Amino acid sequence: MNVVEASGLGKRYGATRALRECSLAIPAGHVAALVGPNGAGKSTLLNLAVGLSPPSEGGITVLGGRPPGSPAALDGIAFVAQDTPLYRNLSVADMLHLTRNLNRHFDQAHAEARLAELGIPLKRKAGKLSGGQQAQLALSLALARRPRLLLLDEPVAMLDPIARHDFMATVLMAAVDDGVSVVLSSHVLAELERVADYLVLMSQGRVQVAGEVDDLLASHRMLTGPAAGAATYAERPVVHIRRAEVQAHLLVRATADDRVPPGWESHPVGLEELALAYLREPGAAALPGPARGRDAEPSEVTK
Amino acid sequence: MTALATLTVTAQKDGDASLRPVPWRRMAWVIWRQHRVALAGVAAALGALAGYVWIIGLQLHHAHAAATTCNPASPTCADLITHFNFMNHVLQGGYALQLVPPLIGAFLAAPLMARELETGTFRYAWTQGFGRWRWTLAKLVALAVVVTAAAGAISVLLSWYYQPYLATGNQNLSLNELSPFALGLFDLRGIALAAWTLVAFAIGGLAGMLIRRVVPAIVATLVAYTGLALVAANFLRQHYLTPLLTSNVNVPGSAWIASQRWTKGGTFAFTSWRNAPNDLLQQCRSIPAGPLAKPSQSTLAQCFAQHGYTQLTRYQPASRFWSFQWIEGGWLLALSALLIAVTVWVVRRRAI
Repeated sequence: MNVVEASGLGKRYGATRALRECSLAIPAGHVAALVGPNGAGKSTLLNLAVGLSPPSEGGITVLGGRPPGSPAALDGIAFVAQDTPLYRNLSVADMLHLTRNLNRHFDQAHAEARLAELGIPLKRKAGKLSGGQQAQLALSLALARRPRLLLLDEPVAMLDPIARHDFMATVLMAAVDDGVSVVLSSHVLAELERVADYLVLMSQGRVQVAGEVDDLLASHRMLTGPAAGAATYAERPVVHIRRAEVQAHLLVRATADDRVPPGWESHPVGLEELALAYLREPGAAALPGPARGRDAEPSEVTK
Repeated sequence: MTALATLTVTAQKDGDASLRPVPWRRMAWVIWRQHRVALAGVAAALGALAGYVWIIGLQLHHAHAAATTCNPASPTCADLITHFNFMNHVLQGGYALQLVPPLIGAFLAAPLMARELETGTFRYAWTQGFGRWRWTLAKLVALAVVVTAAAGAISVLLSWYYQPYLATGNQNLSLNELSPFALGLFDLRGIALAAWTLVAFAIGGLAGMLIRRVVPAIVATLVAYTGLALVAANFLRQHYLTPLLTSNVNVPGSAWIASQRWTKGGTFAFTSWRNAPNDLLQQCRSIPAGPLAKPSQSTLAQCFAQHGYTQLTRYQPASRFWSFQWIEGGWLLALSALLIAVTVWVVRRRAI
């Protein structure tokens, strides 16, 4: 089952195209990171997935073919929006009560236990909590709904490093212990390396890279060699070239078994390194083959 | 991390067919918790108004009883009549009370959607399992019913308050008399106040959704409501039923006069005595003035009639009050239902 599946997806706001020709399939059981600079279309994609806005072109389904915003989709998806909007004048206990009343499932005991663990008093107004506590409250409310898919839009952008760490630990625990699929957007790469096992890289409204982190890391190598030879390297597709005084660093699409030219060294890459290289080269793309998305492009038909 | 991929999804496996929506009644607590402060404000304001109207209403009823039962010949009776006529000036025409519906609409309904959109909490509210169009419909309908009922209760009190002005025979005693159709009065009695409050609420809800900011939505609600009320009172209401036509000079004071003109020999002569030919006015000047030394129109009219003039009056009789109330209440209810439906529709397919 794909928790989020899009084909030919586009979204316009007036003359601005926030999203264009997005084809994407995020399988269940992952913590998927939606990475990209500001304005890349991450929030737009999440808003479409949760049904807050309709697509301008193409289609998107969630939880294995359900239309976003449909009762079945809303029931299985918990969404924590950017800046974690809460009713500031309601107490934490009231926010729990509110969420319980608005959903079919709500694990009150679980939510209360988590809040107690975090030291968030139930009587405090939501607006009086610190930024980290508000994010944790929003996450607790979302998880108490027992969702199958958790969508988080820039959940840690406003948090300090400790709150960020704690928040991500909670997300990871939900994914591992309860089997919740997670899609979270962020422009903070460092945090994602620990938790994400699926990467969706977006830039300028397009999906640039999509795939399991392990596969992506296994299919890319960082080559280090003489700067003069960088231009002549043609063994494997080059994603990005970073030149220093004497040396050049090439991110190439290659595996550990591929031949390394004499005078060059091959190193494995990290997620952050990989993501940065692609973000610097908006023209480069690494997408799953034609099996998914490409041949089923309804955008060509609907145009 | 790859272990995650092999994890089976154990959560809710139930099929979509068996998916029962979250019951409507769960919204009751939600609405109460979120809007109790605003509702308490409305209740306090209307309660204070009711208390005030009750106290001055008792005084008004006493003054009216005193003025109608005194001996017309006694000098104190003139004082009592003057006392009644000059009482409670603020409320007398009913204009001040016209503020009740728009204020409820502007301050309760306009922020209803606008605040969610302005603060971003709609992203929370509209992604819960309850569903956003059901959430909107539940809020709008429940609160609309509450404020409409409150306005209905106030209008019962106001109907009682204005009774002295509507009593038959006031005119003969030179007591102030109001037509039940009077501009400021018609929509305070019967079902009209409740209906206007409902439509103000519906306007506020839609304005909040379309404008998405609290203060501009409040302003827009006040402007739109005022426009609608003025158009209804000045242009629509008189056409609900075809007016009656009479040549009787003594049209009852309770009637709502649409137009009057004088004819002679079947052709139009002049509109009112102010435009009457000078020679005719000269002849009728000698007629004694009325009790309060105003030129008595009825005696003037009798004089005109003696000179062969006929006054034709088109009017709505007071007996049509309830017909007019139901017509106005009916179209306001239909308009409110339409506005609420449009609001829900906009929420349902709104592009954020």
